[in-house]
Amino acid sequence: MTTRYTRDHEWIRLDGDTAVLGISQYAQEQLGDVVFVELPEPGKKLGKGDVAAVVESVKAASEVYTPVAGEVAAVNTALADTPAIVNASPEGEGWFIRLKLADPRDLDALMDAAAYAAFVETL
Amino acid sequence: MAETATTALKETPLAAVHRALGARMVPFSGYSMPVQYPTGILAEHKQVRTAAGLFDVSHMGPSFLTLKQRSGDGDADHAAVAAILETLTPGEIKGLKPGQIRYTLLLNESGGIVDDLMVARPADPDWSGTLYIVVNAGTKDADFALIQAAAGDQAELRRSDDCGLLALQGPDAAAVMRTIAPAATDVGFMTYGSFDWQGGKLLVSRSGYTGEDGFEILVSPDLTVALWQRLLEDGRVRPIGLGARDSLRLEAGLPLYGHDIDATTSLVEADLGFTLGKRRRAEGGFPGFERIRRELAAGPVRKRVGLVPEGKAPARDGAAILDDLGRRIGVVTSGGYGATVGGPIAMGYVETAFAAPGTRVAIDVRGKALPAAVTALPFVPHRYHRKPA
Repeated sequence: MTTRYTRDHEWIRLDGDTAVLGISQYAQEQLGDVVFVELPEPGKKLGKGDVAAVVESVKAASEVYTPVAGEVAAVNTALADTPAIVNASPEGEGWFIRLKLADPRDLDALMDAAAYAAFVETL
Repeated sequence: MAETATTALKETPLAAVHRALGARMVPFSGYSMPVQYPTGILAEHKQVRTAAGLFDVSHMGPSFLTLKQRSGDGDADHAAVAAILETLTPGEIKGLKPGQIRYTLLLNESGGIVDDLMVARPADPDWSGTLYIVVNAGTKDADFALIQAAAGDQAELRRSDDCGLLALQGPDAAAVMRTIAPAATDVGFMTYGSFDWQGGKLLVSRSGYTGEDGFEILVSPDLTVALWQRLLEDGRVRPIGLGARDSLRLEAGLPLYGHDIDATTSLVEADLGFTLGKRRRAEGGFPGFERIRRELAAGPVRKRVGLVPEGKAPARDGAAILDDLGRRIGVVTSGGYGATVGGPIAMGYVETAFAAPGTRVAIDVRGKALPAAVTALPFVPHRYHRKPA
């Protein structure tokens, strides 16, 4: 499936009937060592632009937003014991949450990998 | 921290070297400084606890306060220059032995802390009547103006903040220093000396901001890059950024100016009573003496303490500290992740009734009251090199 990206460096990818959300490789490089991730309770309803998670690096706490509305279907419980997975595999094993989307077509408005790579080049 | 985005950032003599090492440069106290190198803050933190790390702290404010007219009597000249600084600080400066360094505080009229600093008496009798003073980067212009004003026509303050200031810290620091200036490893904790290197001089202090044994080295601008490169050639040494410097000093329980101490906190509240010399406590003669005497007699209303949050979520600067009824009893002033402790740690002020180690409190982290325990500082024992008396 196509992975979509935001200007705040989240990624989101449709996988079956839910979408997986995390932070990009660029974001993990900027944050540095991740020591804690605060995740929402499954079942929580999130509006577009709501805080989906908080990622804590050694230096600071950063909010992670969902670019589309949906209900939290699952969270990555592996991050509780091993938050460093976010650094090792931000766009794979280090995912944050699964969302049941209100409307999957909302994803179409986001950048694809090529557009996001071009955006990161400008930073 | 004061970050100036609009004015041009200053650079240390090592800026290009940091970039070549792949450092991430950030604005800090008006300077462009390395916050971390590619290995990352956790690895850098552990490097300093287990081997040796090299820090560029050239943004800080080294300076020399020198009497304009010296009598030639070393002790009398030291007493005269020390008397100037004692009008601003609660420390025993006159009593410094040759080569001795003291941690002290610049105070305001209400007993608040204007800055924390290191003051040293040169070991060399030819330098009697001079004090070596190192202040913080973010406060140095104001500090230097304050000290020069106190000195009037009696003494002159010469800034040396164009020089390099390097910190070599960690259990292997002394073994590394032995290969550079062997005699510098003879000095014990909180003493310093001048040593020859490559046709120049190094002022080497046995001091630091990590809780480990180590050295802080003042070096002329033209030798700074060569000294940095020479130290990094040693396989035991890695470069360390300001990120790990902060997590190391937090574990060591050392306050950060502007966060854990500021113009409103007193040395009694900050649990820095050791900076108040015995004679100074009896005689006074420094700004804010009345408040400090009152707090020593009656006890301060709040105290700086260590805090260990339960669980894994760090509590940051500014988070409210609550009692079991949810009443605000204090505030976190520094907080983060202690890589040696292996979990979140913090420092902050609480009402004195809650300051005893073991007291259960809560910290408000994003609206959740996370349980935490008040604890004694430091979190990681200091490993300074104290010479037997």
